[in-house]
Amino acid sequence: MMMSGIQAAEIDDPTMIDEEEVRESPFWDWDFAFDAFPDIFMAFVEVTLLVTIIGTLVAAVLGLIIAILIMLLPRPLAWCVRWLANFIRMTPIVVQLIFVFWAFVWMDALTIGIIVFGVHYATYMSEVYRAGIESVPKGQWEATTALSMSAARTWRKIVIPQALRSTVPSLGNYAISMFKDTPFLLVIGVAEMVTVAGERGAPVFRTTEVYTIAGLLFLVASYPTAVLIHRLEKRLAYAQ
Amino acid sequence: MPTPNDAVGIRPAEAASSTSPEVPVIEFVDVEKRFGDNIVLKDLNFSVRRGERVTLIGPSGSGKTTILRLVMTLEELTGGYIFVDGEPLTHREKDGRRVAVSPKEQKKLRTRIGMVFQQFNLFPNMTVLENIIEAPIHVLGQSKAEATAKAHSLLEQVGLPDKADQHPLSLSGGQQQRVAIARALAMDPEILLLDEVTSALDPEVVGDVLNILRKVADTTNVTMLIVTHEMSFARDVSHKVMMFDGGRVIEEGAPEKIFSDPSQERTKQFLSAVLRDA
Repeated sequence: MMMSGIQAAEIDDPTMIDEEEVRESPFWDWDFAFDAFPDIFMAFVEVTLLVTIIGTLVAAVLGLIIAILIMLLPRPLAWCVRWLANFIRMTPIVVQLIFVFWAFVWMDALTIGIIVFGVHYATYMSEVYRAGIESVPKGQWEATTALSMSAARTWRKIVIPQALRSTVPSLGNYAISMFKDTPFLLVIGVAEMVTVAGERGAPVFRTTEVYTIAGLLFLVASYPTAVLIHRLEKRLAYAQ
Repeated sequence: MPTPNDAVGIRPAEAASSTSPEVPVIEFVDVEKRFGDNIVLKDLNFSVRRGERVTLIGPSGSGKTTILRLVMTLEELTGGYIFVDGEPLTHREKDGRRVAVSPKEQKKLRTRIGMVFQQFNLFPNMTVLENIIEAPIHVLGQSKAEATAKAHSLLEQVGLPDKADQHPLSLSGGQQQRVAIARALAMDPEILLLDEVTSALDPEVVGDVLNILRKVADTTNVTMLIVTHEMSFARDVSHKVMMFDGGRVIEEGAPEKIFSDPSQERTKQFLSAVLRDA
């Protein structure tokens, strides 16, 4: 009896699949690839991209707030913030996902995913910001004093814009890194792209197509992002 | 006119007298500055009259730049008092104790002081125009139109009428320093502090920058406190020269006197060394 992989899916009891036939089935099945693509792509857009984009925004804003708090708060409070940030940075994101998921069971898993990714990466980005802020030359601060500029104006117009310039490449790398971490959402049951790919492939014992699609989608999104960051970096460089 | 030795407690520190010509624009009373155990300035007393241009000379490490930085509140005063227009800049004496003035009081005085730095310290993320109008608009509360018009006329004054929309790093060092002078003047300062403003410049543009400052000296009544190694400039523009060594004033007087007939051996040594280099 000849049977293709797709037909195998139609059998009610998967245990009946002949392992011999699975092994002999073609390495790549275009029909199945086209068939599985829409589901994987939708999961990519609705979960992976969504979590990455909102998570990056949360991380970028919160990271800056953490960096500024550590610099401006009175010493004991600054220590607390720094300790907490270190704690979050030094523990695995998978553990954090599981912990928050069970600690806040009433919350939607996707929201938890966004918050955990955002906060986790904020602690990394705060270090990048801190280095960026420290790289602003002392003379710049002195010029703002000489002009009697307010602290708020100094931070907003001089320090943060100059600090951001040197931080863009690192922040971008963390955004890409977060993007590639999204499959961890699996542990809290969020159907992100890789999970959906697995779910499409498993019943028919076909994995090459679905995981190739998932991998390519990661690449297709990461690469232009990297190019974009590079461009942004150039744009932010001072006109010489 | 109060002398530097007047008792601090009885000095007329009220604003009412601050515009009177008798009150020194800057007065140092028993100023001490130490960095850790290192005493940079000790028991320093001097005053600067309104419109007076004073040049501080002396070997590096003698504390000249520290004096400018103390007036600009870039360094913390560790002892004594500094008065600007008769009002305490950092600390006042109250019930026999040294009490810090409020940030608001300090800011009020500080807006009357401008500084030009050795390294220009222009904001590289802003255009030349933005550098100049930032503080007039957001500190002095000028309208954008007013500040912009003033900025253009200042740029003309410093010989850079067509550079308003450039970014500072696209300009040469000499041009950047001229923008920095325009930025300081845009605040209409009573006091202008010039901290080795030509030391970071190529020799051939030093003259341009100094000529602009000569013009400022000639056409305005701004009080200047100058630290420079350009002795001919010091001779041209200053009313008084103070020779520093080891954190103290060892000699002061009119530039003609100091440069041609110094009374201290140390001043002679210093001047012959500096003038030989020039």
